[in-house]
Amino acid sequence: MVDLVWFQLLSAVLFVIGLYGVMARRSAVLIVMSIELMLNAVNINLIAAASHMEGMGKFSDFDGQLIAIFIITVAAAEVGLALAIILRMFRNRSTVNVDEINLMKW
Amino acid sequence: MAWAVFIVLAVLTIGGGVGVVVTRNVVHAALALLVSLIAVAGLYLVLFAEFLALVQVLIYGGAIIIVLLFAIMLTRNSEYPRITDNKQWPLAALAALAFLGILIPSFLINRVDDTNPQNASFTGIGESLFTTWAVPFEIASLVLLVALIGAIIIARSDEEES
Repeated sequence: MVDLVWFQLLSAVLFVIGLYGVMARRSAVLIVMSIELMLNAVNINLIAAASHMEGMGKFSDFDGQLIAIFIITVAAAEVGLALAIILRMFRNRSTVNVDEINLMKW
Repeated sequence: MAWAVFIVLAVLTIGGGVGVVVTRNVVHAALALLVSLIAVAGLYLVLFAEFLALVQVLIYGGAIIIVLLFAIMLTRNSEYPRITDNKQWPLAALAALAFLGILIPSFLINRVDDTNPQNASFTGIGESLFTTWAVPFEIASLVLLVALIGAIIIARSDEEES
């Protein structure tokens, strides 16, 4: 079987790709996509740990999977709000370039 | 067998993720993200988390990709091709690689003795969700409600407000 550490390394690589996307991209939609990649990396980590280590400590077998379900819920809410904010931003400034949204920047 | 499936899915996941952060076309980025998310659902199946694989395909592969494509469609203009990366991308790559250099050794040093992947049954997940995790479940429903109402209020056009 595939060891836990391989899933952890995969999730680390995916998280770092998402981190690079958040820092290097300028379009707000692409930044939201990179955040989704990071959330997925965290979910892989949680579910791999949940299914490889059953009955560790006070946690039951399902706790890791249930935390992942809550992360997916929050991710869905986040994407909905992000769409609304991007739309409002586009309507007010007619751009989605986050470098030009500098009203509150010193 | 599990190794072969894992390697194929890992390549698809990483490849899709790289596609999201390097392509210059926003729609291509969304499709690369879809490939990555579906491959992650496959990884959940390798881990015997069938319910999570189902949820991943439904919510990420269905809902979130559609919402992102809506965002692209409603904000489409001619500036997309020239606003992909900012000037500080080499610095961003350096910082990301440094973070990877922290993550990988920490995972390799703290290796735990793991058992074989276990099959978590649907009934067990349901029981745990409505007993141990009942309060977070209700809070999650409230979070979704507030987020949707907030999204409607933020995205509403100015003419309707008067």
